[in-house]
Amino acid sequence: MIPTDVIQATAETLMDKAAIEIPDDYLEGLKGAAAVEDGDLSSFVLQAMLDNYQAAKEDRRAMCGDTGCPRWYVKLANEAAIEGGPVALEAALRRATARATNGVPLRPNRVHPLWRTDHDNNVGINAPEIEVAFEPDGDWIDLITVHKGGLFGTDYRMLFPSDGIEGIKRFYLDSLVAFGKRGLSCQPAIIGIGLGGSKDTCMVLGKRAACLRTVGDRNPDPGIAKLEEEFKELGNSIGMGAMGFVGKSMVIDCHIEVGFCHTGGMQMSVHAFCLSSRRACARIHGDGTVEYRTDPQWFTPYQRRETVEWPATQPSRKFA
Amino acid sequence: MASNATFKKVRLKTEPSAEDLGQLELGDVVYLDGTVYTAREGVYRRVVEEGHGLPIDLPQLSGANFHCSPAAAIEPDGTFNMGAVTATASFRFSKWIGQWLEKSGAKLILGKGGMSSDDYRKHFVPHGAIYLTTVGYGTGALLGRGVKNVRSVHWRQELGLAQAMWVIEVENFGPFIVESDLQGNSLFERENAKIAKGLDKVYEGTRPAVLKRYGETDDRSDEVI
Ligand code: SF4
Repeated sequence: MIPTDVIQATAETLMDKAAIEIPDDYLEGLKGAAAVEDGDLSSFVLQAMLDNYQAAKEDRRAMCGDTGCPRWYVKLANEAAIEGGPVALEAALRRATARATNGVPLRPNRVHPLWRTDHDNNVGINAPEIEVAFEPDGDWIDLITVHKGGLFGTDYRMLFPSDGIEGIKRFYLDSLVAFGKRGLSCQPAIIGIGLGGSKDTCMVLGKRAACLRTVGDRNPDPGIAKLEEEFKELGNSIGMGAMGFVGKSMVIDCHIEVGFCHTGGMQMSVHAFCLSSRRACARIHGDGTVEYRTDPQWFTPYQRRETVEWPATQPSRKFA
Repeated sequence: MASNATFKKVRLKTEPSAEDLGQLELGDVVYLDGTVYTAREGVYRRVVEEGHGLPIDLPQLSGANFHCSPAAAIEPDGTFNMGAVTATASFRFSKWIGQWLEKSGAKLILGKGGMSSDDYRKHFVPHGAIYLTTVGYGTGALLGRGVKNVRSVHWRQELGLAQAMWVIEVENFGPFIVESDLQGNSLFERENAKIAKGLDKVYEGTRPAVLKRYGETDDRSDEVI
């Protein structure tokens, strides 16, 4: 039985880590970009960012003053038992969000869309988002917080099979160019692309592709993996760098996730996980012990399954 | 990697003289000393649309308006805990900025992403103001280090923590980059023009979406702001 107070304490630590510590995979990716950037202004910006991550860790202060919208991804292994049940789990995450907002401190970003009411704690109607998924084996739960920033850099479009890869490419470029100017999307970013599903799934997949996969990770479908590489290259050849200055660092990595869609459509979403790519994860085991990590390990074979039964009872056509 | 030495670094007072500002060039790196206040749509709406008087004596106190909401909390004993500070995108405030510059006497607008050179020429140039952009934009921790003290917070009840006017004392507060000059030129637009030249090549082989959208442009030298 996993105690609620362990969940809440872990969640508060995660809030703190996410806001302050840039994940290693993104940091390495940005260092790589800084090493090859030859645009003067862009280089200056990247160096300032690297200094900033350092300052944040040294001072234990948030890396960016806009601490984004904290949200939660929860993975429940099949045999996990939570004291108080799923309602207690949600309550613990809402409490941790509110407490960390005043503790770290974070910016109280969440307001009512119409009345602009601010509870000053990042908690309100449908906030923070808490998304839940399951895994077949084990008695653990994974808590992942993402402090997604950026009002810009995200877009959705209904494309059609006749748009083809060239249409996908164009919408991808459009998103980068439109929001890259003046650095509105705070690039270089991890770009997540959602393809297919329905409109809402497409957005969810794209966001998860950006926020829940690490730099360097590739989709297990070799065709998609190739597209990811190609799109990364393409994004970095626009001629634009950090803040929209002349340069070549737009994309630290590109991740694509897919979902089966209506036979007539090809939904596409693009998401940018900004210079403050904030995520932190922990696994709480059935015995209450906690392990922290920065890789969400969200996209397991189970999450990407395409068969009726699990374990898979028929081979995937792609890999057969 | 290019060295930072190629950029002129300038220490600037938050109530700069016209002469100080005249010496700045697009792309110069600036660090500020003095007093800075935050004001964004909440404050603008109150002052410009609803006609409330300024809560403090601007520009006597400060000529530097930061488009920002700090990551900060007010402790139970009334003291402030300010962590990181980062700018928010300024183009959204275009409709208020002319009257705001008039009423506040601000000479420095600090923010994210700048405004259009049309705005600079129409509103900034007549008031002798320039725009300084934050860097990154996520350099909140570095900027936070430059904050020495929170002097006061105004309209906290009326506008909430994020939209309230925070008055902060700063030292070596930066980095900022000079985005507009006293003539109203924009660094971002200069960069955009350079990048636009290569875009056709990048787009080569792609084609417009089958299903169009109202209001869509195919001219990639356009901006979305
Ligand atoms: S998009 Fe990211 S880096 Fe930019 S201001 Fe928002 S949180 Fe900070």
